[in-house]
Amino acid sequence: MLELTSEVERLSLIIEVGRMPVRVNTTDRDFLGMLQERYAGYVVASAGDAEIEFDTELAPLGNLPPVEDVQVLQRDGRWSLTRGDFRAEWEPAKRRGWIRLKPAPYSIDAVLRIVHTLVLAKQGGFLLHAASAIRNGKAFLFAGVSEAGKTTISRLAPPDVTLLTDEISYVRPQGEGYVAFGTPFTGELAKLGENVSAPIAGLYLLAKGSENRIDPISAGEAARSLLANVLFFAEDEELVQSIFQTAFEFVSRVPISRLTFFPDARVWELIR
Amino acid sequence: MSNLYVARNPRVAARSLDGEMMIMSGSDSTLFTLNKTATIIWQSADGATPLEQIVRQKICTEYQVEASEALRDAESVARNLASHGILQISEQPILHGAAK
Repeated sequence: MLELTSEVERLSLIIEVGRMPVRVNTTDRDFLGMLQERYAGYVVASAGDAEIEFDTELAPLGNLPPVEDVQVLQRDGRWSLTRGDFRAEWEPAKRRGWIRLKPAPYSIDAVLRIVHTLVLAKQGGFLLHAASAIRNGKAFLFAGVSEAGKTTISRLAPPDVTLLTDEISYVRPQGEGYVAFGTPFTGELAKLGENVSAPIAGLYLLAKGSENRIDPISAGEAARSLLANVLFFAEDEELVQSIFQTAFEFVSRVPISRLTFFPDARVWELIR
Repeated sequence: MSNLYVARNPRVAARSLDGEMMIMSGSDSTLFTLNKTATIIWQSADGATPLEQIVRQKICTEYQVEASEALRDAESVARNLASHGILQISEQPILHGAAK
């Protein structure tokens, strides 16, 4: 008798960013290899339970609906994530979901970022458009939109500085303060952050100028600037309110100031 | 002269920081920073107090301004905030969260 079915090889790995392990299942060995390479330093042994488990299905280019912007919606306890290059669903109560995506690093990267923002929002944390680094056991964040200088200041970091990211900072509350974690989410530097963490000692809003100096800003400006740089995609009133309150908590606990810098290494003399 | 009632939309997030009132729309994440007059209107918008009374008792006493002019400005502010869904306005008292 002919055998009409064959055993499908199930492959899996866990990507842990910010102490949140996410298991990704696939049947494609090349895709697994891409993930192992893309998230080197963030792939952990698969002994423990993952916070979320995703089954992935690779979709050929052009087969997914042409949605320009990402859409993140929750209905009946199930999150739906859609963009031109991926579609995903995830049920937090079951800690499981699926992703149909192009086999490209930027597609899985986008899904992971969104999932982390959703989980963090419930836990009082957030992802921020900011470079971050550790010096003398303390983490410093450098926030700003594109071209503000995140990559530049990362590139100028002296050898005693541990780079956490040049693009997307990962922030969680801990005790009376906040902790920054390394992330694999890179910007122009295209270099993964170190997978380590440290208490946040300060957040600097970046501005390029002709000299290096730190200026105080009002609490209101700090809150507005922070909210402007928080990554959040979901159309969800409850989570928007959480993010809003979290931003004010952060402003009340972490010193925030403006860092004007001339692009040379001397700026790091101010960061200690 | 109209007799508007105004009520805060309970579905928006609001915080005052060093005298600045900031409000974020829950539906589209737009952030608003209110000026002093708008802040007074927002803080007084209980749905039961007419806007005219808020203006007379809390704005005219604070600023040297004609009551009619202040009310005109206040109505404009209230309608603007309502257009963004962060304030509810009605010609009848507003039961909390009931008015659209």
